[in-house]
This record gives sequence, structure tokens and C-alpha cells, in this order.
Amino acid sequence: MSKKLIELNNISKSYGSHIVLDEFDLYIKENEFVTLLGPSGCGKTTTLRIIGGFETPDTGNVLFDGTDITNMPPNKRQLNTVFQKYALFTHMNIEDNIAFGLKIKGKSDKYIRDKIEYALRLVNLEGFGKRMPDSLSGGQQQRVAIARAIVNEPKVLLLDEPLGALDLKLRQDMQYELIRLKEELGITFVYVTHDQEEALTMSDTIVVMNQGYIQQIGTPEDIYNEPENAFVADFIGDSNIIDGIMLQDELVMFLGAKFACVDTGFGTNKPVDVVIRPEDVILTPPERGVINGVVTHLIFKGVHYEMEVKAGGYEWLVHSTTMFPVGAEVGIQVDPFNIQIMNKPASEDEEAVPLEE
Amino acid sequence: MKNRNNLKFMAGPYMVWAIGFILIPLFIMFYFGLTDKNGMTSLANVLSIATPEHSKALSLSISLAVAATVICLLLGYPLAAILAHMKNSSGVIIFVFILPMWMNFLLRTLAWQTLLEKTGVINTALSALHLPTINIINTSHAIVLGMVYNFLPFMVLPLYNSLTKIDENVINAAADLGANAFQTFFKIILPLTVPGIMSGITMVFVPSLTTFVISKLLGGSKILLIGNVIEEQFTQAANWHLGSGLSIILMVFIVINMLITAIFDRDREGSLL
Ligand SMILES: Nc1ncnc2c1ncn2[C@@H]1O[C@H](COP(=O)(O)OP(=O)(O)O)[C@@H](O)[C@H]1O
Ligand SMILES: [Mg+2]
Repeated sequence: MSKKLIELNNISKSYGSHIVLDEFDLYIKENEFVTLLGPSGCGKTTTLRIIGGFETPDTGNVLFDGTDITNMPPNKRQLNTVFQKYALFTHMNIEDNIAFGLKIKGKSDKYIRDKIEYALRLVNLEGFGKRMPDSLSGGQQQRVAIARAIVNEPKVLLLDEPLGALDLKLRQDMQYELIRLKEELGITFVYVTHDQEEALTMSDTIVVMNQGYIQQIGTPEDIYNEPENAFVADFIGDSNIIDGIMLQDELVMFLGAKFACVDTGFGTNKPVDVVIRPEDVILTPPERGVINGVVTHLIFKGVHYEMEVKAGGYEWLVHSTTMFPVGAEVGIQVDPFNIQIMNKPASEDEEAVPLEE
Repeated sequence: MKNRNNLKFMAGPYMVWAIGFILIPLFIMFYFGLTDKNGMTSLANVLSIATPEHSKALSLSISLAVAATVICLLLGYPLAAILAHMKNSSGVIIFVFILPMWMNFLLRTLAWQTLLEKTGVINTALSALHLPTINIINTSHAIVLGMVYNFLPFMVLPLYNSLTKIDENVINAAADLGANAFQTFFKIILPLTVPGIMSGITMVFVPSLTTFVISKLLGGSKILLIGNVIEEQFTQAANWHLGSGLSIILMVFIVINMLITAIFDRDREGSLL
């Protein structure tokens, strides 16, 4: 977990006048599980296609293990891709699909046979070798696509929303499968998804993207607990994002009440975004709250209750194991270290400012 | 259910059409083909294909149809690939390409006659340039040329259809797994377009095998294809029995061709319609 295996330097890419990636910088370390996370259309697939060699950037370069591969064709690159909709060869059976790359490389029959067997076992598809792709379920086809890629022993595996078309249960199973595979094979994974839960579950490093800009890079914990801006906070899980004013170090005012927090260095009387996770909102009897409100919605979610509380003119989203019925008067408290203070973007349409490192 | 019953009458006109213009003529053809002038059952008409004159016409028809089909495939595949590649402008290009198909078939073939004649447009131009003239009118070459010209679109369209159906990422996947352009074509693209190829072959081979107009206009009276022999029986010799008998033979070839196509094109993927 030390060497930089892939480096994207100053990559820009436009289609016509539409800028998809703008001065994009990213490095991926050996053996890392990196996830590109962002809403649809933010440029994740384009980034992956540039790494895979299916797209040439307008500016910038791609380094692989220190070598510039920006203009190297895909068939010469030491990486393999699992495409978004499987892209299996429908005229070949599963074995021939898996063997495709090895036959091209002229491996011996015995080597190929062993590899097919190994790969089918790895993805739990023993006995499916002679079946045709069309006769397999979506989840099985997905695993064939993974097997077809990994038999080539790439240094890097690129995966574009590989679980996107699967149902929830299968998706969760496959997440664990992929983590297991990654650990067994010890190769670098570059994974694309728009599903924040998937990203949090699987990744070593998450790259949050929006409109072609990197919003934040960090571990799942960093991204979840300390989002650097309102976009990240909003995109990663549900959040209460409230306009506030930083009165002084460690004291913020919003919705007409003063809250103690732990952030410093914002100056005095500075407008900020205040982010509070729903599970960090503490509901109390009215006399103990910093501000008071009324419960307007209540849903039982299994692990917790989800409530909406109208307080200080804002609909708070609250997750709590203690239930307050609709109509109940409640007080709201937040522990100082659970209040995230973030600078406001300079203007409305600058939500996607590139981050300085 | 109720609605469906109510809508059944919509198929009525087609049923009338199918019975009147497909089933009845087919029945008449078999009746004439399998009887003699006295109305007695006879295989003589069908078996007359064995006479040197008829079998020569049939084998010439088959060789010219095969030649035209092969040429159409070799010309049509790259053409279809180029068209499939130009995704954005495809509407216009396809339109330009199909446009001649809307013009009358006879007219287009007649135009070739004028072009190829000994003193036709091409030769006049060639001799004006002091180049050697070409003499292919009234030869099999001219007939094959006419077939290729007329039937090429029927090869290109199913090929175009099956080429555009290939997911771009399937081709990317082949490259991703190390295949070069050559390997990608022979291992991925070509096998995936087999339905289109088979469909195109049928669409060119069948009309080429049965044509009598192209051979008449471009082959003069010297070259007789099986289509011309059959036509003669109906128009000049007034021997419907023999014409029908030979038509049955021709139909056997067409049915065999269609069966082969159906095997390769189970999902009707490359189908033009
Ligand atoms: N070949 C292309 N031509 C034109 N626009 C494209 C092309 N590929 C992608 N785009 C545009 O680029 C943007 C980013 O696309 P993509 O990288 O696929 O996003 P994501 O994978 O994050 O959903 C989208 O707005 C998309 O419409
Ligand atoms: Mg995408």
C-alpha cells in the first residue's frame, strides 16, 4: 500500500462544448480498493474509460507504474475491465468467454484449462462452463464478466457499476464476494458506483465526484464523518444541512439558537453550512432542548425510528431508537463534536469547485 | 379476450390476399406442374430438368447467382461496416443508399443496358479518351453486374442491422482482453453478424436465381437462365405444364436456401423487415 500505480495528471475531456472532466488529478496506489462515487453523469465512466484506454483525454496524461500510457491502445495495457452491462460474448459459451484473453496471449491448453477451472471456482460457477451467456441470470453473467477479466492476472481491475443491474439482496452478497476476491487476488480495484452505501462498504479510498470535479478523497470514515462540503454531506447519506453563522470559535448559531461545536478558525460572524447526521440529533423532553419542536412524521425502520421534527422553522430528520409520537413536543440537542461546520460555496453555481489539496 | 376477437376481422383483408394471391396460385402451379396436357398425373414436367438444355440453364443460373451473392457479400460487408460506424449521419446516408431502391427495377436495369452497349455511354466516353472499349453487354458478366447492382442493398441492410446491434462495449471487451483489430473482427464481429450474413445471402441469392428480366436485358437472347426458360414456357410456348414443373424445381432450391438461413437466424435478428 505504498507505490502509486496509476496517476491521472491534469486530465480534461470534453464532448463538444460539454466539459466532462476538468483538470482532473488522481493517483491510485498499488493494492488499493478505490471507488469513484458520484451522481449519474458526473464523469465516472469517462474516467474509467480513460484509464482503460477506450478514450483519449484532450489534455493531461495517464501514468501506469511510472510509464506514460496516455496513447497506448487498450489491448496493450496491463489492466482489465468489467463493463457496466457485462458485455459478454454471446456467441461463445462461458468457458470460451473466460478463455478469450488467454487464447489471444497464446497460453497452453493445459494452462487455459486450469485457469478456467480456477476462475469458475473463484466466482462460484463450477459446472457452468458449457452454458451460453444468455441462459444465465444477471448475477451469474456478472460473475462470468469478472472471471473473464481476472484470469488474465491484471495488475488493475476496472469495474464500472458492476452490481448496478442486480437486486438488493444479490448486490449485497456480491459486495462481499468482491471484497473476498480482492483480498485473495491482491490486485488493485478501481470501482465505479453511484451507490454511496456500496462505496462505504467496500472501499479503502473513496473519490467523491460531481460534474467532473473531485469533491473529496478519503477513507469511508473520513467521507462519512467529515464531509468537506455540503455536496459530499448531502450525497453521502441523509443529512440535515442548515444555514448558520459561526459566531466565534466553537460557537455556532442556527435556527435562532446557539450550539457549542468543536470547529475553530472560521473567524467571527461568518455564514456557514452546518451539517448534522440524523443519528446525531438527540431528542429530549422540551425543557432540556437547545431548541424545541414538534414531531410531524414517524416511520418505524427496524433498527431505528425515523422522525421528522419541525423546530426553528426547519424540518429536522432524526434517527433514534427512542420513539416520540407524532404531535409530541420535543427538545433537540446535538453533541458539539457531531456538528460539522463547512464553508459556504462562493456562489450558487460554484457548488462544484475543485478542491485544493 | 373480447377485444382480441373483435380485432380479428382486421386480418380479414390479408387472409383474402393470402388465399387469392399466394395459396391459389401455388395450388395451380403444383396442379399444372404435376399433370400433363391430358390432365393425367405425370412427373415428366419436373423431370425435364434433366434434359441438357434445362440443366444447363439451371446450373448457369446457380453459378451466376452464387457469383452475384459472393460479390455482394464482399462489397456489402465493408459498406455496411462503414455505414454502421457513422452513427450520427446514418439517417441521411441510409436514405441516399435506399433511394435507388424506390426507383423501378426495370428502369434501372435498362439504364445499365444503355450504359454498357457497344456504342453506349461508357464506350463512347472510353473511345473519346482513346482507351480500349469494354464488351460485356450480352455476356454473363453483364448479368452478374446487373444482379449485384440491383440486389446489393438487400445484402447491406441486414448486415447493417446486425452490425449496429453489437454493443460497443463487447468490442471494447475484446480489445481489453488483448485482441487486436484483426482478431476482434474474426473472433467477435464476424460470428456475431452471421445472422445478417445469412439473411443477406438469401435476399440476394433467391432473386438472382429466379430473375429473367436482368438476363433478358443485359444477356441478350444468347444466354438463357432457368428464369428465362420458365418465362418462355408461359409466354411463347404456352406450355404451362412444363413452366410449372420447372418452377417446382426452382422452389426446391429456394426452400433449401431459406431453411439454411432459418437455422442460422433463429431470432430473426438479421431480418430486413
Ligand atoms: N461519447 C459521448 N459523447 C457525448 N457525450 C458523452 C459521451 N460519453 C459521455 N458523455 C457525457 O459525459 C458526461 C459524463 O458521462 P459518464 O462519464 O458516462 O458519467 P457517469 O459514468 O458518471 O454517469 C455525461 O453528461 C454524458 O452525457
Ligand atoms: Mg457510468
